Amino acid sequence: MNAEIRPVKTAAEIGLADLFASARDSLPGGRNAEAIRRDAFDRFAVQGLPHSRIEAWKYTDLRRLLRDAKPLVQRPDAPARSVGREAGAVFAGLALRRLVIVDGAFAPELSDLTGLDAGVAVRATAEALGADEMVLPLEMAGTDAVAALNTAFAADGVVITVAPGAVVERPIHLVFVTTGTAPAAMFTRSRLELGSGAALTLVETYEGPDQSDYQVNAALQVDVGNEARLDHLKITGEGAAALHIATFEASIGAGASYRDIGITTGGAVVRNQLFLRLTGEGAVANVYQASLLSGRQHADTTLVVDHAAVGSQSREVFKAVVDDEARAVFQGRITVQPGAQQTDARMMARALLLSDEAVANCKPELEIFADDVQCGHGTTTGALDEQLKFYLMARGIPEKQAEALLIQAFVGEVIDAVAHDELREALTQAMLDWLKERD
Amino acid sequence: MAAVQETIEQVRGIDVDQYRYGFETLIDSEKAPKGLSEETVKFISQKKNEPDWMLQWRLEAYRRWLTMQEPTWARVDYPRIDFQDLYYYAAPKPKKTVSSLDEIDPEILKTYEKLGIPLREVAMLEGVEPKPGEEDPARRKIAVDAVFDSVSVATTFKAELKKAGVIFMPISEAIREHPELVQKYLGSVVPTSDNFYATLNSAVFSDGSFVYVPPGVRCPMELSTYFRINERNTGQFERTLIIADKGSYVSYLEGCTAPQRDENQLHAAVVELVALDDAEIKYSTVQNWYPGNSEGKGGIYNFVTKRGDCRGANSKISWTQVETGSAITWKYPSCILRGDNSRGEFYSIAISNGFQQVDSGTKMIHLGKNTSSRIISKGIAAGKSQNTYRGLVTAHRKATGARNFTACDSLLIGDKCGAHTVPYIEAKNSSATFEHEATTSKISEDVLFYCIQRGLSQEEAVGLVVNGFVKDVLQQLPMEFAVEAQKLISISLEGSVG
Repeated sequence: MNAEIRPVKTAAEIGLADLFASARDSLPGGRNAEAIRRDAFDRFAVQGLPHSRIEAWKYTDLRRLLRDAKPLVQRPDAPARSVGREAGAVFAGLALRRLVIVDGAFAPELSDLTGLDAGVAVRATAEALGADEMVLPLEMAGTDAVAALNTAFAADGVVITVAPGAVVERPIHLVFVTTGTAPAAMFTRSRLELGSGAALTLVETYEGPDQSDYQVNAALQVDVGNEARLDHLKITGEGAAALHIATFEASIGAGASYRDIGITTGGAVVRNQLFLRLTGEGAVANVYQASLLSGRQHADTTLVVDHAAVGSQSREVFKAVVDDEARAVFQGRITVQPGAQQTDARMMARALLLSDEAVANCKPELEIFADDVQCGHGTTTGALDEQLKFYLMARGIPEKQAEALLIQAFVGEVIDAVAHDELREALTQAMLDWLKERD
Repeated sequence: MAAVQETIEQVRGIDVDQYRYGFETLIDSEKAPKGLSEETVKFISQKKNEPDWMLQWRLEAYRRWLTMQEPTWARVDYPRIDFQDLYYYAAPKPKKTVSSLDEIDPEILKTYEKLGIPLREVAMLEGVEPKPGEEDPARRKIAVDAVFDSVSVATTFKAELKKAGVIFMPISEAIREHPELVQKYLGSVVPTSDNFYATLNSAVFSDGSFVYVPPGVRCPMELSTYFRINERNTGQFERTLIIADKGSYVSYLEGCTAPQRDENQLHAAVVELVALDDAEIKYSTVQNWYPGNSEGKGGIYNFVTKRGDCRGANSKISWTQVETGSAITWKYPSCILRGDNSRGEFYSIAISNGFQQVDSGTKMIHLGKNTSSRIISKGIAAGKSQNTYRGLVTAHRKATGARNFTACDSLLIGDKCGAHTVPYIEAKNSSATFEHEATTSKISEDVLFYCIQRGLSQEEAVGLVVNGFVKDVLQQLPMEFAVEAQKLISISLEGSVG
């Protein structure tokens, strides 16, 4: 008898295979894209969903957390679109240029496309794919299975290009919103090309209904040209039962500066994976991430910063506030390629555990192949400082409020990193709202 | 001209190997048939005159091993090991039954002499006896268990230790003489199913040391084991078991060397420590297996499982290691902090040069209340080596008040090497306080310039800085080891500058 070893497929893996078989002919893209999608799905099929024995997914066992594959989302109807009009309320009132993506599809009629700043061009991903004018594979994510899934299924999103030298004053806000109450899966792919010397502030927000256990697999590829400057702010505020997986890739050119601020408050299971590559001399990347978790939330932030050029610099700050039975995961890796001398990289990860059932798993890594470097990382994990709390309470501040103040100070470092004044204020308010919900 | 000549000499000096212990002892030896099977396991067990329970224990481990897969998660790269192409047992052929040291093969005695390990108690006593009260620490008595390939050839100071109630003997003897202790503790810290190499070791381990310190006894001298791989194509699978009963203290040293050979040799040891209430174990290692030649050929594969169990309240286990040898090191001395208020410590210096690959670190598993641990790791990578620190700190739900402090620093010498840090920090308890910091850098030009300006050569200056870098760990070593380790560090780094 032939004892062939065949990995046991989970229901979700089988579901995804069926989904791909039925959807692949209708996905946008020319002949070229079709081959890439097929190849990507095969790569996924070989490895299956990532599980805890895959080092990069050690603390997020997707085989367990993603129980079943949801059907691909339907094109949004009129009521869905009206929901989209209200979305992105966190930054309502700010003069952001809204580009709305409803149920994974770019909605131009809800987006603010009039009077685009000079040098800025926006189009739907589906359109770019149809014209075979978009790179599909997520190269920096390597063999990662969920990135491969995104490549296989990605149907829409936005493609933004900023011409060299264009300094865009008005921040662009990508509003991703899920509307339906029926469980559905959506795969979006977006791309931003920032020409050399250009400057932009990009905001991404994700939201959806609490009642639906929808699944989002989003990817954003960014190319920051030489001497360009990009401020990127992402708020993962998905519905309470949602699964959110996002892959972010950025290539940062010589003398360019990239600043990333990420805040995770929503979603049942969240995985934000960021791959940054500093490709030019003197490139700078600053990453600030915060997770505010409660209930049974699970949020994983995995970050790889690859220093591939001389004299590049990076700073990473990660803060997690974990309450109830929530779990926060941070995996951060700083890689210094051979020859990337004079690299200066620092990483700091801190977790604040507010309850006895809360869990924080932290894995900061250094991987260094050059000798003339300065690299370091630090992590701390602990509860709120009782003495600080006592100090505040002794001054007449009620316990809950004292805690809130200390938490605010703890997360403050991340929010203070937002350069745009109005955005920062709006974020501070959002954090205060989260703290209020704790009571 | 003279200067040029000197440079040439120096470069030549770099090319030849700096390993001082690479000689081979030519003696007759008895080996198990090549390869691994149930027969091999039975052969080893029979050679050791083991009781049946021990054989069954081994066989169970062997059967489990057959179902296991070699781990691949470590950052080490080596051709697949053919486990059937090894000898699992090699023992110097006894001329007759050995009853005293004089009857040991003089070749073996010479080997240990060359290595600087005193096996003759008299040699220790002949010297000027230090006056009471002004004991010269470098001349303190050390009891030595010498393991040559698969067997223990001599254990010194047995009688004196016996007076104190301390049992110090080869584990093969302990299995026969103290089965109740061995049965109770063997495999209780590192179970036979623990990992691929530990399971292999459980099946075929041949010798090692056994230490039992009775309640309330402070072991009167340092205990030490010296491991030597001599035979070609053999794997060494030693097993060490140390039990510190309530309120006792023991300090244990371990040293290792092997001849210079072109083929790789396997060393897969298991060390188990058990500390009961209020007991303390201090375990120090200077690992100097043959690291391979300057082209990366040969050297020992060092795949070791070391774990200590702070089983009792207020117990303490401290690991100190100086790792300079081996082609590949895969070693994570760990502490299970089970007892309340127990404490684990890990001090490590790992130096890699040439083509060495080190993946080493520790695990601190906090289970009891108010447990604390401290990790100080210093990695130095030179040449074309890869040096990885991999460590886990975890606090379980009931480990309230757990505390950890970790500092791992790496130093890179040259631009062809790599230094990596992979810590895992898992807190499942809000009252746990974990702190971790790591840095990687090269030796500051300013500091070197300062030293050279004051007349030190480049190499001396680097040596000085490196010794300063590792000082925190060296201070944890017993005196006689610290001196040796300091010398070893300068040898390992020779030729790595410039």
